[in-house]
Amino acid sequence: MSTALHARIARVRIDGRDLISDIDLAIPQGRWTAIVGPNGAGKSTLLRAAAGLQRCDGAMTLAERPLQDWPARERARQLAWMGQQESGADDLTALDVVLLGRLPHRPWLAPPTVADRAAVQAAMQATQSWAWRDRRLGSLSGGERQRVLLARALAVQAPLTLMDEPLAHLDPPHQAEWMALVRARVAAGHSVVSVLHELHLALQADHLVLMADGRIVHTGSPADTATHEALKRVFGPSLHIAQIEGRWVALPL
Amino acid sequence: MRPGLLLALLLLAGAIGVLAGVATGSTGWASLQDEGMSLILWEIRLPRSLGAWCAGALLGMAGAMAQGLFRNPLADPYLLGSASGAQLAVAIALAFTGVSAQNSSLLAHVGLTGIAFVGTLAGVGLTLVLARGVEQTLRLLLAGVVVGVVLNALTNLATLWSPDILRAMQAFLLGNTGLLGWNSVSVMAASAIAALLIGLVASPALDALTLGEATATSLGVRLSLVRLLLIFAFALSTGAAVAQTGIVAFVGLVSPHLVRTFCATLHSWLILLSAAAGGALLLAADVIARAVIRPQELPVGLVTALVGGVYLLVLMHRRGAPKR
Repeated sequence: MSTALHARIARVRIDGRDLISDIDLAIPQGRWTAIVGPNGAGKSTLLRAAAGLQRCDGAMTLAERPLQDWPARERARQLAWMGQQESGADDLTALDVVLLGRLPHRPWLAPPTVADRAAVQAAMQATQSWAWRDRRLGSLSGGERQRVLLARALAVQAPLTLMDEPLAHLDPPHQAEWMALVRARVAAGHSVVSVLHELHLALQADHLVLMADGRIVHTGSPADTATHEALKRVFGPSLHIAQIEGRWVALPL
Repeated sequence: MRPGLLLALLLLAGAIGVLAGVATGSTGWASLQDEGMSLILWEIRLPRSLGAWCAGALLGMAGAMAQGLFRNPLADPYLLGSASGAQLAVAIALAFTGVSAQNSSLLAHVGLTGIAFVGTLAGVGLTLVLARGVEQTLRLLLAGVVVGVVLNALTNLATLWSPDILRAMQAFLLGNTGLLGWNSVSVMAASAIAALLIGLVASPALDALTLGEATATSLGVRLSLVRLLLIFAFALSTGAAVAQTGIVAFVGLVSPHLVRTFCATLHSWLILLSAAAGGALLLAADVIARAVIRPQELPVGLVTALVGGVYLLVLMHRRGAPKR
């Protein structure tokens, strides 16, 4: 199994506090990796640092090449990023926002090509946001907005996509849609990493990374008993993990 | 509304403003056949009107760039110590040369203009130094506040030390389009074109920045370079406008808001439209300032502050209302 992204991070230190430390994370190629952990475990910090968006004491390798050696635009075509509850852009139309995802593919200042428009339309249709392409982002509801932002990240069509809490504000049907999207990506050979709060969805991933107190405490398949034990250790004994219709679910009981 | 249509309307408003500006004077309409009258129209009213438009355009553009760069709808051209730098430079120059209160002689005016421009650049430069570069937006803004407060204090010290500059300072602070000649127009037009080009080149980065710095970086935008370019364009346009017309309130803040209420558009259009809107606004304010208490005139900054303040208040309440 080859590695899409390898992050070795000694520490990320902000205001005299280590947010994460001793990280050695390998993101498998062509898989869906979910990062879970309690609040404040450092999941978002890890994702930002791994994407090279957070100054840190460490080294990242993207597709066998040090991350900082990638030219900015080339890296942007390889690695798509979606932040946690991205704010702003209220005065842009949804279509313009999603078109931003094509920025790394366009020569600077060149108008979008037919291919760019096609990619944007496909991404927006995939997240069911095409209908409100002409509306301002500020006029959308939280869930609608999230689906536009998701389309923005998908429109990059990068082999590796990192998403920080992509399911925030999404209702259950759209959460299921999101899973189908990720599955389609992975089937096409792309890698997806997502920080998730929804444990029952994270258990459907191919690879689970469990964090606590700024460290990775366990990595493994969500179906493994060892993973279940680690989850119970971190989230407390009140977490019940059971199998329903062949799928693992986690319930706080 | 389509951005092209809005641009056409704003430019039309500007053209009507120039006509009105040429027609309005302390004496009202006069026959064009009159030799002296054509001189007044050609050498005084026309450059003054065009100059007011250019100054407004510079401020509108600087406002749009600042609001995009700092992701803050309240950013205006006088951030980052630009206004206070110009103010202090003018105060020091006046205090040392002891120019009389009515320093309307052309030579003195040209000298002051240059000094105000240098003061603007120095104010922004000092902010950049104190913020230790352009890495952090918040640090830049805070450093701008610090520079503004300290330089204002020094300006007050200068006026305390030599009180006879007070009147001249006040004229500068309230904004004044009365002294604009063809020279000023060409300087401002050249700065406007340079700033506009930089703004347009940086506009995709500003679009990406609307989603936050991390997302913009992830899209391959080189933020430090873009910030440096934009701050240069911002200082250039603010400096040119402040040097020629003094500190005209609200135009730079209101113009981008005005544009955004009419159309949702990318920054390339926003910068262009804000320039057109700023020009039309300042020119309209200038015509009003000259028309209301003829043959006297109000300082144009006073008019923009009153009109702009009311407009922003209206805008605020409309925006606060439910959107759908």
